Parts: sequence; C-alpha cells; structure tokens
Amino acid sequence: MRRRKFEEQFFKLLMVLSTIVVAGSLFLIVGTIVVKGLPYMSLDMLTKTPEGGFYSGKEGGVLNAIIGSLYIAGGATILGLIISIPVAIYINLYLKGKSFIPNTVRMCFDVLFGIPSIVYGAFGFILMIYLGMRASLLGGIIAVTLLVIPILIRTLDEIISTVPRELHDAALSLGATRWEASKVVLRHIIPGIITAILLSFGRAIGDVAAVMFTAGFSDNIPASLGEPAASLPLAIFFQLSSPSAEVQGRAYASAFILTVIVLVITVLANILSKRFSKHKI
Amino acid sequence: MQIRLLKDRILSKLMLALTIFSVSLVALIGAGLYYKSVPLLRDNTWGSLLFSSVWEPMKGLFGFFPFIMGTLWVTAIAIIISLPLCLLTAIYLAEYAGTTVKKIVNPLVSLLAGIPPVIFGVWGILFVVEFTTGYSVLAGGIVLAVMIFPLIVSIITEVFNTIPRELKDASLSLGATKWETVRKVILRKALPGIIAAIVLAVSRAFGETIAVLMVCGNVPVAPKSVFDPGYPLPALIANNYGEMLSVPLYDSALLYAAFLLFVIILVFNLVSRIILNRLERRISG
Repeated sequence: MRRRKFEEQFFKLLMVLSTIVVAGSLFLIVGTIVVKGLPYMSLDMLTKTPEGGFYSGKEGGVLNAIIGSLYIAGGATILGLIISIPVAIYINLYLKGKSFIPNTVRMCFDVLFGIPSIVYGAFGFILMIYLGMRASLLGGIIAVTLLVIPILIRTLDEIISTVPRELHDAALSLGATRWEASKVVLRHIIPGIITAILLSFGRAIGDVAAVMFTAGFSDNIPASLGEPAASLPLAIFFQLSSPSAEVQGRAYASAFILTVIVLVITVLANILSKRFSKHKI
Repeated sequence: MQIRLLKDRILSKLMLALTIFSVSLVALIGAGLYYKSVPLLRDNTWGSLLFSSVWEPMKGLFGFFPFIMGTLWVTAIAIIISLPLCLLTAIYLAEYAGTTVKKIVNPLVSLLAGIPPVIFGVWGILFVVEFTTGYSVLAGGIVLAVMIFPLIVSIITEVFNTIPRELKDASLSLGATKWETVRKVILRKALPGIIAAIVLAVSRAFGETIAVLMVCGNVPVAPKSVFDPGYPLPALIANNYGEMLSVPLYDSALLYAAFLLFVIILVFNLVSRIILNRLERRISG
C-alpha cells in the first residue's frame, strides 16, 4: 500500500517538474533574447536603414527588414484571406450534408499545414523560375501566401463550425440565397477572422525558409512589388554569421524586435479567440 | 430576383474553383518538385542517391546519405528528449492540474508555439551551444525538442480529453490510485493518439530548417555520436540555394532533397491525421 502511495507521489512530482520545464522554456528563450538583445537596442535600429559599412559595424538600423517583413506578412495574409474565406465558406455552408468531400478537403489542408516552409520556399522558387520572375517582394508574398493558406483555412473552418446552424438555416428559410446566408454567418465571425489574421501574420513574419529563396534581400525599403525585399528573420540570420561582435549584437537586437512583435501578436490572438469562444453556444 | 440567383450561382462556382485550386496544391507541389528532380534521377539510381556518402556537386556526385543520417539523428534526439517531458506534462494538465495551473500553463505553451524558428536558432547559439555541447546534432536535437513541445503537448492533451469519463471513474472506484488509472487505463486507451502525435512531431522535426541549421555545425559527414556535427536535409537546401544555379544538376539535387522531404512528411501527416480523425469520430459518433 505504501509503495503505491509512493509511486503516486513520485510520478506526480515528475509531472510537475516536466510541466515546469515545458512552460518555463518560454521564459528561458525570451529571457536569453532580452538579456542579449536589449543592450544593443537603440532608436537607430528601428528608424534607419543600413548605411555604408553597416555589416562591418558602422551606422544604421534594420528598418529595411522590419518594413520588408511587414509587407511580406501583410501581403501574404491579405492574399491568403481572399482565397481562404471563400474556401472555408464553401466547405462548411455549401457542401453540408455531403460529409465525405468536406472531410477529405479538410484532410488536405491538415496535410498542407504539416508541409515545412522550406518545401514551400523551394516550390515558390520553381514557380518563379517558371514564370521568369526574379527574387522580389512579390515572389516572397506568393511563397508565404502558400504557407499561410492552410493556417487560415483551418482556423476559419473551426470558427465557422462554432456558428449555430440555426442562424444559417433561418436566413435560408427567409428566402435568402446561399451567398446571402453566408454573409450573415460571415458577419457573425468577424472577431474570429481577426484571430485568424493575427495567427497567419505571426507565422508569416517569423518565417525564413519560404522567403530566403523567393524574396531575396536588400538594404533598401522596397518601393515596388518587383524589387527584392529584406525580412527580419533573414536579417538576423545574416548578421549572426558576421565575425564582428558589433554586428552580432545587432542580430540579437533584431531578434529582440522580432520576438516582441510576435509575442504581441500571439497574445492579442489568444485574448481575441478566448473572447470569441465565450460567445459560442 | 434573377440577378440574386445568378450572383449566388457565379459565386458558388468561384468558391468551388478556389477550393479545387487550394486542395490541388498538394499535388502541384509534389509534381513540381518531382519534375525538377528528373534530370538528377536520369543520371542516378534511387539507391545510389540515398545510400552513397560522396557529396561532391562539382564532380556531379550526389550522395544524400550523410544528410539523411543528420536528419534522423537530430529528429531522434529531439523526440527522445521531448516525448517523456510532454507526455508527463499532458497527463498533468489533463488529469491532475486545477483550473489555475491550466490558465497559467496553456497560454505559455501557445506563446511558445508562436516563437519563430529563427529565434529558437539564436537561443540555440547563445544558450544550448554555449553551455552544453558545441555545434552538434545534440544541440540541434535540444533546440528541436523545445520547438515541438507545444505540438506534442496540445495533441496529447486533446487525445486524453477524448477518453470517456466513465472509464476513469470505474478504475478509481475500484480502488486504483490516480497514477494507476493513468498508466493502466488512460495511457492504454490513448496509445493510438500518442503514436499519431509522435508521427506528427517527427514530420515537423524533419522539416525544421533554420533553427537546426544554425546550431548543427553543417558538416556533410554522417554523425557517429551525439556530439558530432551533422547536416540535415533542410539545412542542405537552405544553405546552398545561392549557388545552386551555377553548378550543373545542383539545383536538381537540392529540389530532389525537397521532394524527399515532401513525400516523407506527406505520408507521415496522412497517417497521423487518419488516426486522429478516427479517434475524434469515435467520441462524436
């Protein structure tokens, strides 16, 4: 009997310790980045583009990469939404009743969700060669769009499935067409769409492997879709490989900037999705 | 009236087209990558590509064995570290923890899931490489293990939640301790789900690129111990994209590596999703 009680206590202790390790690893990572990055932070990092000799430790900042990342993540999320919202509506509201097809479609997106970003990057690269494009903002946006489509569709799909069926049926029974009824549902899930946008944006802004082939890198802020664009993760990666301690320090500072952006986005998404799930019936 | 119906019909067709397009991405990606690997496959057999250790692109010799071994080592280390920790955490969250603990831990895990790979890489260089092992497959495995924490914990917790309350209650009412119930009832019932979670985690680890590339050392020789450097497949692709157009067949070789990754991960994902969908249907149906 005592042995059983001991076993219970022993494994409970192990579980608590594991939970502390798993949850605590976040603090370890963010802590490391803050401790190393904060000393190198300056206003210049946020407001200036790299000037001559930046990569050997002279003046400048990573504004080019910050703006480039915002462009890529923003463009990809908008493009992704244009494709994802109709698909999510179609599999939930148009294909109802025929459960085999929507489930197969869902399975496809689950699988696409698991495909690593390096594969999307490689595919985007093939696409660009095929279309005769060069590494550019547009190329980066296309590759990242492919990456975020499964995220958006899976999130939207889940959110639409929480909308009470009656709402849709009521609209239909009043003589609305399927599209008009879908608009009712869409209006109902606006907070959910914002959550999906934040999730997709957060994933897009942090990704390297998809943009390194397709968006290229540039010290200037891109003025058009055809110009190469820098991105924050790639800037971190390049600066880290420099032998100069000053430039490596800037990599830590850039990592700090990226971490703050991503944490803010994730926290916002979590708060919103919680608020949204409160309203579901 | 007619216009409304027409609008509905046109939009319906448009949505169908978008759905077909996005679903067919799976096939398009596979076909595109395969089409680009054809030149390499014309000159080499699958056997020699997968099992030769000679990697000399300038001489046209492409042996992927060191890279495949690098991927396998890093993935195995990551799973060995991650699985026990995540399993215990998931058991704790699902069966033991009160609401307060869950309210603290769950957001932390979802924040961890949002951290970008490159940040894990920087942390790996500053912390794991610095304090433990140097640039090695072990360092890559540790970084990857932390990266897949959220995935494994969330899937296994969900699987535990699909197990009927009555089963646990029956076991507890017969005098079993909580841990005995977990070990003899819950774990046994959850086994397929746990396996599915592992398979998903493996496929995630296979494809992880930048974080692993930053801490693994990138030496194209198959590692012999955990302290050796390694060179996983995704790192190979990412590191050489710049020069791949200047050496003949090099681009084909790198895209072949991407094709390999794609096929393996596709199969792994399909298998685990089918298992997880079955589990879900069992409780809803």
